[in-house]
Amino acid sequence: MRNAQLNSTDSKHRRKERIDRGIKARSSDIFALSSWREMLYLAAPRCIPIVGCLMLPLVLGIYWQKVLLSVAVFALLAISWDILEQSGMISLGQALFFGMGAYTAGVFNHYFGWPPFLTIPFASILGGLISTVILLPVLRLRGIYFSMVTLIIPLMLVRIVEATRIFGGTEGLSGITPLPSKWLELYLIVGALLGALFGFRRMMGSDYGLVLKAIRDNDRSVMNAGINVYWFKAQALFIASAIGAFAGAFMTHVYMFVGMPVFALDYSILPIAAAVVGGPGTLAGATLGAFILVPLSEILRGIGGLRIVIYGLFLVVFIVALPEGIFHYIQRKYHQFERWVEV
Amino acid sequence: MHPSPLLKVAGLYKNFGGVQAIHDLSFDLARGELLGLIGPNGSGKTTAVNLITGFVKPTEGNIIYNGQNISGLPPYKIIRMGIARTFQMVKPFYQLPAYKNMIIPLYSPRVKKRVGGKYGDRDAVALDLLEEVGFERDAFVAYKSASVLPQGYLKRLELAKAIALQPDLIILDELFSGLSLAEVASIVPIIEKLRLEGKTIIMIEHRLKELFRIADRIIVLNYGEKIAEGFSNEVMESDAVKKAYLGAEA
Repeated sequence: MRNAQLNSTDSKHRRKERIDRGIKARSSDIFALSSWREMLYLAAPRCIPIVGCLMLPLVLGIYWQKVLLSVAVFALLAISWDILEQSGMISLGQALFFGMGAYTAGVFNHYFGWPPFLTIPFASILGGLISTVILLPVLRLRGIYFSMVTLIIPLMLVRIVEATRIFGGTEGLSGITPLPSKWLELYLIVGALLGALFGFRRMMGSDYGLVLKAIRDNDRSVMNAGINVYWFKAQALFIASAIGAFAGAFMTHVYMFVGMPVFALDYSILPIAAAVVGGPGTLAGATLGAFILVPLSEILRGIGGLRIVIYGLFLVVFIVALPEGIFHYIQRKYHQFERWVEV
Repeated sequence: MHPSPLLKVAGLYKNFGGVQAIHDLSFDLARGELLGLIGPNGSGKTTAVNLITGFVKPTEGNIIYNGQNISGLPPYKIIRMGIARTFQMVKPFYQLPAYKNMIIPLYSPRVKKRVGGKYGDRDAVALDLLEEVGFERDAFVAYKSASVLPQGYLKRLELAKAIALQPDLIILDELFSGLSLAEVASIVPIIEKLRLEGKTIIMIEHRLKELFRIADRIIVLNYGEKIAEGFSNEVMESDAVKKAYLGAEA
């Protein structure tokens, strides 16, 4: 009946259609674009974070600029965690990568007088290499066994620094050269974050990234393709630890200090919370999570003693209400946007 | 035919704790031959495959492939030499679409260079290979996530992943199990085509009727030991085989 009615007035018959249905041809990465609006539909989710991140340092006050540094650092650690997670390694020890980078940069600046522009890239590579070598023997462990080892190693390193008094012992190394200007600091870390986010998202979407994801799914099946699983896992581990080491080296020059706190549990746990709240498996979710959790913790600073309780409650609410992660939720809703089309 | 065998298994032993999974197994495999490996459940067929492909290390004995001793090598090295296998329990990458599953074998060092590396190159090859094993090109099956594919397609995907490696020796571990008669009938021509291309094949099967139609030679295992070898009708006439399959009184 209703159909008949619609047909009778078919000169102006319209119906709703999902935008992405019109654009996506068969699979999620083959597109058929036919207008600038469709182009915008695809480009907006990429452009908004880029423009937003580049504008933020300009509009924020001095205090919130410092928070932005911390957000970007935790976002990098969360991305590093997410890359490992997508390759089938659940790490509880991002602090290892962060601390290795921090100490490497600190030592080369303090003892050898290297400037920050040398120490930061050098510490990212060397810190990443050392962390990878430390974890190499446990690469064969899977699941919780790998996680436990990653959790323990940074805690062990703290005690080693304390007991042997190397690199300033409990005092740490102070008087590290700062970066030349505040703006350089801000744009260096924001640029690094955007580069890491989009670069590694692309990497994980490439054939190389597929192999890493396949290792998590079924490592025996990857072996059965003549691929050396441990070599690929070691590569993923190096990439992730170099990202973490970069964040650590950067912070050493921001704080002008490096000491035992760089191996603190915060640097291991908060990135995981960010990735889980934001939605793991996309890198964008991990970044989004850091952009929510770090400022949240700053806002709650005024509350005092109950801060951690309220923060914890927020975490629980996020995880119970949106177990898939905020990013996946937004992504799904964005794909469900509809437009009117004439039939 | 080449004078030397492609694969030579000599005096192979494998113990799991006190259990002898493989006991003094020896056989030769000529190039281009299709060997059927049969035996009751738990007779060591899959263990034999795991030993040949390196997923399990032999307790004793040698496996010579193409004149090289491969026993004890890790699986990825053995597979790069040109041995591909399918798993009895299919092992797809469940979070990936079927055609993206094919990217992993196509990324293998064995075939990586031959396929090319530009964006999307491997996707096209993947779709071609999937079509070869019966994923209809114009249907959407190849783009569906492996987690929603029915068993018949998962088995085909498993076969396509092995073919993608361009192997010389293909080991099919119970490819037909869990498939309907029609599905088996549609896979048999694919195997016959592989033979025409000169591939050497080992098939582990419980579907004896279909196996006997295509196999050149049959080896029967029981409790890890070879109890019979020969043409299909010969082995089934053997007393030892009757005893193993039907019980002591038969």
